[in-house]
Amino acid sequence: MDLEFGAADEEFRAEVRAWLAEHVPAEPLPSLETEEGFARHREWERTLGADRLSVVSWPREHGGRGVSVLQWLVFEEEYYAANAPGRVSQNGINLLAPTLMKHGTPEQLARVLPPMAAGEVIWAQAWSEPGAGSDLAALRATATRTDGGWLLNGQKTWSSRAAFADRGFGLFRSDPESERHRGLTYLMFPLDAEGVTVRPIGRLDGKPAFAELFLDGVFVPDADVIGEPGKGWNVAMSTAGNERGLTLRSPGRFTAATERLVELWKERADPSDTALRDRVADAWIRSRAYRLKGFETISRDDDIGAESSLNKIFWSDLDVALHETALDLLGADGELESEWLENYVFSLAGPIYAGTNEIQRNVIAERLLGLPRGAR
Amino acid sequence: MKFVLSEEQRMFAGTLRRLLADAGTATIVRAWASGDHGPGRELWSALAEAGLFAVAVPEEHGGAGPLPVELVAAMEEVGRAAAPGPYVETLAAAELLARSGDPDLLPGIAEGAAMVSLAVPHALDADAADTVLGTDGKPRAAAGGPVTSLDPARRLFRVDGEHPAEPPAFGVLMCAAQQLGVGRALLDVTVEYAKARQQFGRPIGEYQAVKHHLAGAMVELEFARPLLYGAALAYGTPEFGRDAAAAKVAVSEASYGAAKIALQVHGAIGYTDEYDPSLWIRKARALHSAWGTPAEHRARVAASL
Ligand SMILES: Cc1cc2nc3c(=O)[nH]c(=O)nc-3n(C[C@H](O)[C@H](O)[C@H](O)COP(=O)(O)OP(=O)(O)OC[C@H]3O[C@@H](n4cnc5c(N)ncnc54)[C@H](O)[C@@H]3O)c2cc1C
Repeated sequence: MDLEFGAADEEFRAEVRAWLAEHVPAEPLPSLETEEGFARHREWERTLGADRLSVVSWPREHGGRGVSVLQWLVFEEEYYAANAPGRVSQNGINLLAPTLMKHGTPEQLARVLPPMAAGEVIWAQAWSEPGAGSDLAALRATATRTDGGWLLNGQKTWSSRAAFADRGFGLFRSDPESERHRGLTYLMFPLDAEGVTVRPIGRLDGKPAFAELFLDGVFVPDADVIGEPGKGWNVAMSTAGNERGLTLRSPGRFTAATERLVELWKERADPSDTALRDRVADAWIRSRAYRLKGFETISRDDDIGAESSLNKIFWSDLDVALHETALDLLGADGELESEWLENYVFSLAGPIYAGTNEIQRNVIAERLLGLPRGAR
Repeated sequence: MKFVLSEEQRMFAGTLRRLLADAGTATIVRAWASGDHGPGRELWSALAEAGLFAVAVPEEHGGAGPLPVELVAAMEEVGRAAAPGPYVETLAAAELLARSGDPDLLPGIAEGAAMVSLAVPHALDADAADTVLGTDGKPRAAAGGPVTSLDPARRLFRVDGEHPAEPPAFGVLMCAAQQLGVGRALLDVTVEYAKARQQFGRPIGEYQAVKHHLAGAMVELEFARPLLYGAALAYGTPEFGRDAAAAKVAVSEASYGAAKIALQVHGAIGYTDEYDPSLWIRKARALHSAWGTPAEHRARVAASL
């Protein structure tokens, strides 16, 4: 058992650090949940992609550098430590790409992945519907067979960044007689196609961070079906764990935020306030725990599976606590617009998206602890 | 980088786990609490034979250590079984004596012949121990009879003389490892109970309120463990004190949290001293403040930032 990084890892770290020092914008970009901010973040994705740093762990043919998971963690640590911009393309990179790598055709990989890595096409996930949140299998939007493809109808909602994104991917009921997990098809579609209406939705602070999508006879060619028609549920679920495991929220994000929290505490705190001091210490301890747990996870040979639910609960709770502590340290300024406040608002959604923490607790109880399945 | 136990390390922990499980510790704990140290000493010797103390003692004094990772894994097993006796104290004494004190005791510790207690500030099981030391490594005298702990298997004695402001970090780490084992055992026994106990015609483990308690306890315990091993790997570096303190905070909260959930999920039977989980529940609270409270260790972490 050891925590030593190899020479190649250290070299990679140094290279990434130097690149970031040269390229990260001096001024933070405007919020990526605004039209202007989105455009600036898209530009940033292109800058990253040009040097194959948008998806370092992907194979070279898809735009990456083929580095190990450990080096990806190193990349993430450096990325957040440099306070580099938020990743506007993460839905595509973290959710769609792993699914395509597992189930996509060579043609799809070649067509979809390089432009995604280069920041040219930004993807939105269209899974949820008004009547299908936690109970995703209740979805009702349909895909109907037509010449050479499918026609999509129905409504999707809460689609992150769909207000400004280019394309979407989601599950549709392709067998009208089917129920629940059966008869679903996983497909990709353009958000600017005929029949698509995108209505941006303001999140808690009013910024249009997500959108609802109204689909009225949208044509999708067969080439854009992922996996087998009718087997969409299995296709989607085979990679859903990615979202809750390390890929969605890497430890580097929290270790870097904690460093900044400690600075804020040193600048701002009343030394006699031991309650706040303890919360800062806890944020430090918990982000360290998450980092070490990450190293443990990648040291193991087996698939993480349902254990990703442990991660999801841990990082989302940590994120909220850390940012609440920062706002409390800011005192009366805590309500004023700032990077801390922006990240606080973002953190509040963590226990809800990617499967709510209640759903994750059910998964832990039933699949990891072996408790009996309850009513659904 | 490989941040998981090696095959040998897992085998070592597995051997200790089986040995402790076969010993039927609940009976030994009860005997120890009533002042009968015989069965507890036998278990001590058996663990010594399996190498538990040897890995704390340097080679030149008859051991094979110090091997902090092995010791953390071993103490997790000692905690899982709620084995009574000054294990943490003896391991901490070995480390202390190897560094600064008088090495005469070390061969005896390695063999399991010497049971040592430490004044931090009370001395655990001074009536069973062969020697009581201060954290300066010097002998101390226990004064009077035991003072009563919430955990009757922890027989504590007041000790004359100066007491340290800060407990030695090595012992802090050993204590935390023991606590993780206590917490994990409580989670496991409670999960089994939740599968078996029926109310309203179904196992209580089907109810979400119960499930969510147990899942929450698992999250906390599983994220506390890497801090322990991370601290063990920091042994001998300037960060060791900080990392041991961080581990103690996380494990204390996780283990005590698991104990409260174990009590709640067991209902009234969990509140009785004749039912075995009480042995673990009381220990979880007692160890919460032994070797420094979470508040003290948080302050230590904060001071290092
Ligand atoms: C910021 C943000 C971004 C999002 N981005 C996307 C996106 O890009 N694409 C997309 O498809 N979706 C997205 N979502 C939607 C997200 O996946 C859903 O919000 C989530 O699955 C929960 O569904 P719901 O909001 O309908 O809540 P509901 O399912 O209605 O749940 C409401 C409450 O009931 C609880 N609950 C429900 N069922 C159970 C149960 N069986 N046991 C215990 N408790 C239960 C929930 O935990 C929750 O507390 C996003 C959401 C947010 C907040």
